[in-house]
Amino acid sequence: MKKLLRHALIGAFWIGVWWLAALAVGLPKLFPGPAETAQALLRLSQTAVFWRSVGMTLLRVALGYLCAVAAGILLAAGCYRIRGLDTLLSPLRTVIKATPVSSFILLVWLWLRRGTVPLFISFLMVLPIIWTSVQEALKAVDGDLKEMTAMYRFSWLQRLRYLYAPSVRPSLMAACMTGLGFAWKSGIAAEVIALTPDSVGKHLSDAKNYLEYPDLFAWTVTVIVLSMALEGLLKALAHRREGRK
Amino acid sequence: MIRLSHVYAGYPEKDVLRDVSIPFPERGAVALMAPSGFGKTTLLKVLAGLLPIQKGEISGLENKKIAFLFQEDRLLPWLTAEKNVEIVSGKDKAAHWLKEMEIEDAARLPHDMSGGMRRRVALARALSYEGEVLLLDEPFKGLDEALRERIAARVKNAAPLTVLSVHDPVEAALMDASIIRLDQLQGS
Repeated sequence: MKKLLRHALIGAFWIGVWWLAALAVGLPKLFPGPAETAQALLRLSQTAVFWRSVGMTLLRVALGYLCAVAAGILLAAGCYRIRGLDTLLSPLRTVIKATPVSSFILLVWLWLRRGTVPLFISFLMVLPIIWTSVQEALKAVDGDLKEMTAMYRFSWLQRLRYLYAPSVRPSLMAACMTGLGFAWKSGIAAEVIALTPDSVGKHLSDAKNYLEYPDLFAWTVTVIVLSMALEGLLKALAHRREGRK
Repeated sequence: MIRLSHVYAGYPEKDVLRDVSIPFPERGAVALMAPSGFGKTTLLKVLAGLLPIQKGEISGLENKKIAFLFQEDRLLPWLTAEKNVEIVSGKDKAAHWLKEMEIEDAARLPHDMSGGMRRRVALARALSYEGEVLLLDEPFKGLDEALRERIAARVKNAAPLTVLSVHDPVEAALMDASIIRLDQLQGS
């Protein structure tokens, strides 16, 4: 209860700062305050387009994210087991990490359908995070325990279940948490640039183009709330799993 | 019969075993004694097949099932005592050996146990594996005198051949083991 109150007070403080800043600027059409934004959000949330856009954005980002988690784990395991594969693929990982997300969006925009661009971009941004973390965690698996499992002739499934998975889990969870933010932000950036139909990003872009700044703020608030909700959900799932063990 | 003939083994930075020859008996217990650094653990690892030899020959170990109690407990930290043992031997054997090792609360995780308790769980794991050769590296580390005596009485006949490393000759006596002084055995 105390924690909830503390969070509410911190939230109220920053909303107050926003309100004061908007008051100081004095241009509600260009810098709307919390009240104008809330009004816009209420209006938008009463339309079917709003919920369809939110749903489709969530679906695209979630698909890209989940594919990246799965592919990242598989690539990490492959590179850990086969040194040649690591040598072959590590330049690819470096290139993905170093290339700006906007370059990728503009590149794939030419090749993919507009609805697929955000999914692919979310995938691409999360992949190296998961891949690197899991591979490093695999390298750090306790050598003494590996020797013990060899001595007692653990099957590969037993090694996976009782040695590798628990050893890697903390790094994987941390990477999943970091990756979620990346997936969300890069996915929406891709929607903005690719003007993906039925998407939060397209509405953000439209609001900017038509100088509908209260709507722009309302969509941004929606993005922030959804991002926090997804992060909370992932944390809750992780805690539930820890609790069950 | 297991026999080591003129065996050399060690690590890239250090030769530990030099020209070691030991004939082990078919049955019974053999205690390896020597000051630290004379290769007791290395010899056990060679017998376990975990460390390749550089020179010499080992015979009699082919197709033998070997159980090894490592110098460290090497329990999986996320599994309970019970599960750590079960995983190598199944429920029934695990329950039997945990009881023999006087583990009362087998539902605890290793980090919730005392050092002596962890040692006994590791011992239970090695014993429940039912190896034809039982290798024990400092098996009684962290056990008080009374417990050491009770545990030794249950361990000594658990496998046809037991090879253990000890610092204290009393521990060899508790296991009815013949003593091999490794420091006096090595060639220069």
